[in-house]
Amino acid sequence: MVGKANKTSKAGSQAGPAELPPLAPDEVVRITGLRKSFGDREVLKGIDLTIREGEVVCVIGPSGSGKSTLLRCVNLLEKPTAGRVDLLGVDATDPDVDLDRLRTHVGMVFQQFNLFPHHSVLGNLMLAQRKVLKRPADQAKAVAMQNLEKVNMADRADSYPAQLSGGQQQRVAIARALSMDPALMLFDEPTSALDPELVGDVLAVMRDLARGGMTMMVVTHEMAFARDVGDRVIFLDDGVIQEQGPAAEVIGAPRTERARTFLRRVLHPTEIPETDLGETEPE
Amino acid sequence: MSENQTAEARQDMAEPQGMSPRRRAQLVRTVQYVVLIAIILVLAIKMDWPRIGNRMFNLQVIGNLMPRLPLALLNTLKYTAGAFVIGITGGLLLALMKLSSVGPYRWIAHIYTEFFRGIPALVVVLSVGFGVPMAFGIKIPSIWAKIAISLGVISAAYVSETIRAGLQAVPKGQVEAARSLGMSHTSAMIHVVIPQALRIVLPPLTNEFIMLTKDTSLVYALGLMVPEFELTKLGQDSLNSAQAGLTGMVVVGVAYLVITIPLGFLARHLEKVQQKRSA
Ligand SMILES: Nc1ncnc2c1ncn2[C@@H]1O[C@H](COP(=O)(O)OP(=O)(O)OP(=O)(O)O)[C@@H](O)[C@H]1O
Ligand SMILES: [Mg+2]
Repeated sequence: MVGKANKTSKAGSQAGPAELPPLAPDEVVRITGLRKSFGDREVLKGIDLTIREGEVVCVIGPSGSGKSTLLRCVNLLEKPTAGRVDLLGVDATDPDVDLDRLRTHVGMVFQQFNLFPHHSVLGNLMLAQRKVLKRPADQAKAVAMQNLEKVNMADRADSYPAQLSGGQQQRVAIARALSMDPALMLFDEPTSALDPELVGDVLAVMRDLARGGMTMMVVTHEMAFARDVGDRVIFLDDGVIQEQGPAAEVIGAPRTERARTFLRRVLHPTEIPETDLGETEPE
Repeated sequence: MSENQTAEARQDMAEPQGMSPRRRAQLVRTVQYVVLIAIILVLAIKMDWPRIGNRMFNLQVIGNLMPRLPLALLNTLKYTAGAFVIGITGGLLLALMKLSSVGPYRWIAHIYTEFFRGIPALVVVLSVGFGVPMAFGIKIPSIWAKIAISLGVISAAYVSETIRAGLQAVPKGQVEAARSLGMSHTSAMIHVVIPQALRIVLPPLTNEFIMLTKDTSLVYALGLMVPEFELTKLGQDSLNSAQAGLTGMVVVGVAYLVITIPLGFLARHLEKVQQKRSA
């Protein structure tokens, strides 16, 4: 991660409004009193969260608890109903902020990969570099190849997404996000749509990324990954952060009953509960 | 309880069975073949074949028509292409209006679509050909322009619905991926959504071209000079000769099929490619 410090501060020159203290230099994300409703259904009910440079924060929680919504509020794909999101020193919830520019610094990886099917792997990695960052073709290509090396997909640069396995597509999607030189990477259940034997390759790429110092926010059901790679784990349930702390503590010795129930189900998914018929297992 | 059900099921299957479903299907198929062959035999025996040949495939009439056929074919294609270009351009514009965040644009586009889908094409052709020039003193320079505009404005209404559906068929995740990379809404439309939507709408647009090819026959209502004749008018013209019979119509019918059948194959092929890609 050469030039990491620069990247984090390059969008950070403008200060946010006065009510809140400016982000400490090593704070990449600060979420304050975040609420989000769809219609009259409140999905996020007041979230406070700070992520520092180089930190890997894993978000766990049952299906429907609002994990994706929280992640999508960070890069403003979803507009918060109330509260504030500070990103790289800028108040991202300020209606006058240039969100397109801000998003170039925040990579996002989706559960369904969302590669562009009409572009080759290389085309996927070059499109935004060319159109948004206005990099010349040879530079965009060099950056793309470098990132494909990182995810072990350089030999498939000319393939089309439909010709790749899910695991390969997801690694390309990660390389595509990395090609923008982001200061923060968001992952929304990146391995949930994969066949079990393909999960490992993607997690390995993410682990290497974390070791390289990338700041990451990862929604995941992979508890082993959260425990081994995550610096901090957030347990989200019912739109509220129920519990958070070092990964080993939250996963190894959860304090709340909700977290204990959830973790038991995730860690022992084949254990069929006797009594609570009608409840669905988290996916 | 389950023992009971098992016993009942055994008993049910032990009862004597009627004709098996496979045998029944076979019998039905045989009957259909017999009926078909009977009809063909009756036709072959009862029909006055020499007369039919003379009235439908009269070589002399075909010989007279042949020299004039290429120009008519060309005119048909020319009228169609003009209408198609107007239809696609107008349709894309209307589709974008329908997806606009500005309310009045959406209303205008919807009213336009309802209007032109609801009135007969011939009414539009007569309006553009005679009504508008008379009412407003606007000179529309050529027959080509008149028919292309008439059919084009109607086509735009249908095409707009096709394109709108195509744009909406591109998964939301595509826009989200583009936006998460910092692309603006417009940029995401141009580089990600529209290219994918075009592939989706290619088969239905090919069908639209086929419809337009046939609809250009309406131009006969405007009164054509000989160099402006298209296929239908050429066929109609041939009816003037005494031994014409059906021959002229058969000739132009075949000429239409020469255009439309390959296009139909193309449309179906594109559809298959499309399905394979989205699978
Ligand atoms: N665009 C939307 N419109 C309406 N409701 C939504 C929308 N997006 C999410 N929701 C609702 O918000 C709630 C939280 O959704 P979210 O996707 O954030 O959950 P999640 O924790 O990511 O669940 P999962 O593990 O299944 O992905 C769900 O009940 C969902 O139905
Ligand atoms: Mg989710």
